[in-house]
Amino acid sequence: MTLQTEIPREKLASLATRALHHKSFIAGFLVAMLVAGMAALSFLWTPYDVTRLVISDKLLAPSAAHWFGTDHFGRDVLSMIMVGARNSIAVALVAVGIGMGIGVPLGCWAAARGGLVDEVLMRLNDLVFAFPALLSAIMITAIFGPGAINAIIAIGIFNIPVFARVARAGALAIWPREYILAARAAGKGKALITLEHVLPNIATLLLVQGTIQFALGILAEASLSYVGLGAQPPMPSWGRMLFEAQTRMAQAPWMAVFPGMAIVITVLALNLLGDGVADILDPKSRRRR
Amino acid sequence: MTAYLLKRVAIAFATLVLASVVVFAVLEILPGDPARLMLGMNASAEQVEQVRTQMGLNDPLLLRYFHWIGNLAVLDFGRSYTYSVPVIDLVRERVAVSLPLALIALALSTMIAIPVGLYAASRQGRLGDTVSMGASQVGVAVPNFWFALLLIYLFAVWLKWVPAGGFPGWSAGIWPALKALILPAIALALPQAAILARVTRQALIEVLSEDYIRTARAKGMPYRTVLWRHALRNAMIPVLTILGLQFAFLLAGTIIIENVFYLPGLGRLIFQAITQRDLIVVESVVMLLVATVILVNLLVDFSYAVVDPRLRGRS
Repeated sequence: MTLQTEIPREKLASLATRALHHKSFIAGFLVAMLVAGMAALSFLWTPYDVTRLVISDKLLAPSAAHWFGTDHFGRDVLSMIMVGARNSIAVALVAVGIGMGIGVPLGCWAAARGGLVDEVLMRLNDLVFAFPALLSAIMITAIFGPGAINAIIAIGIFNIPVFARVARAGALAIWPREYILAARAAGKGKALITLEHVLPNIATLLLVQGTIQFALGILAEASLSYVGLGAQPPMPSWGRMLFEAQTRMAQAPWMAVFPGMAIVITVLALNLLGDGVADILDPKSRRRR
Repeated sequence: MTAYLLKRVAIAFATLVLASVVVFAVLEILPGDPARLMLGMNASAEQVEQVRTQMGLNDPLLLRYFHWIGNLAVLDFGRSYTYSVPVIDLVRERVAVSLPLALIALALSTMIAIPVGLYAASRQGRLGDTVSMGASQVGVAVPNFWFALLLIYLFAVWLKWVPAGGFPGWSAGIWPALKALILPAIALALPQAAILARVTRQALIEVLSEDYIRTARAKGMPYRTVLWRHALRNAMIPVLTILGLQFAFLLAGTIIIENVFYLPGLGRLIFQAITQRDLIVVESVVMLLVATVILVNLLVDFSYAVVDPRLRGRS
């Protein structure tokens, strides 16, 4: 899956047409934007204040006043989901940033240098992969204390080897190309070649992987906050909303249903978006998909 | 091939050693003095010091590391600070819950995923493919603990077929014990099955465009036989790779799922041990899990050779 270094204008137009006709890309994109918009809106306005507890309104079933019902403190579930979206997006996005920011340079370095550097970096990758990510995330958040920041670090660390691996595999496929040979003949150094020729060519791969890791990050954040190691109260988070719903399943199933749906819909949208991007940028894979 | 396998074994071993260093180092920087934790807050400084010496906590770092590794190698995990029993006993008791749980989940996931993948691949581009892959796309997005909550609501709260949580122990009989494990196993298996079905389909579709498939079809072999005998076998490599990776996910998944269902398994043990700072339990169980993951991945490497005779000739 590679692109030419420079995308001609007419090709860009054809990409746009293809994107507009790709149903799952459009669906994923629109829903992802909706979730992001909802999170952005929550900074300005939510149907109810999520920090105010109205005990007299506790455990109300969904109604016109409270679309998704209320929780055991009388907080509006819809408002909490909106504010919780911020937290999920922020944690997953920064974790992807950490993974890319460290993983991609490492992977490119391994591919450019080869030999011992490559071997050592890949063995370190194996080492991180030997630890079930969630287990280590739980350990990390337990050591440094629960909270959104530590959740980001814990999830981010496990994105590093993923991006390193993808970047390395992509870069290795680029290095034997003729235009790289030409660049080397022109006297460009490895670092410059990586920056000018390799990176633009593996950008697609990284973008697709980024979307996947973003979706996984949202799931991981939900798991961590479900066991109480994510964002701390009063900041609402989707995972903790589910934890609080668990003991009240019989009286107030809506407390569990809606936050869970928010997670599923967001992750689904991101996965569709990622698949769509891969499809649109690499029509060859289309037949296979 | 032998050289390849030997290299894999060497790498696995090196990874294990490095992992032990990491686990040891991480737990070194964890706050909290085990001796004080064991004796309680009222113990005098001398008592604490005495226990620290007894436990070997005052020995040099390197000595303690090798001491720990040596003991691990002979399955002597030490004594738990909080439970005051040998860690190995705790582990044995908990493995009896977690291992069957993980295995049932793995079996369920494979039993669902392979037929669905086969079905989707054989109807590529048609309605059956679209529907089953759409469903798998949703399955991938479902957090297992949320799915678990829905299962509890449906089968335990509403239909009352199975308990909502807890574990009666294997001594209560096979059936009650299995009944307690079935919902957690389904919750663990679903997202894994969704991923595995997609991988199976993808691998099959790639294999189905190979020349030998066309040859088999051309000589009049029924499509079903081609699919099962030729295509599936050749598509096994990516499927096995993902299965190996999923085992690590399953192990980690038990931490969450056992918490949802209040199952006294390894996952719950490690979660509680982390929050109670029972370091000796944490380091033993983490090492056990990491060793299992490394071993399973090694077995996957080995199984390539069994599944694909072409790989045996290569080194």
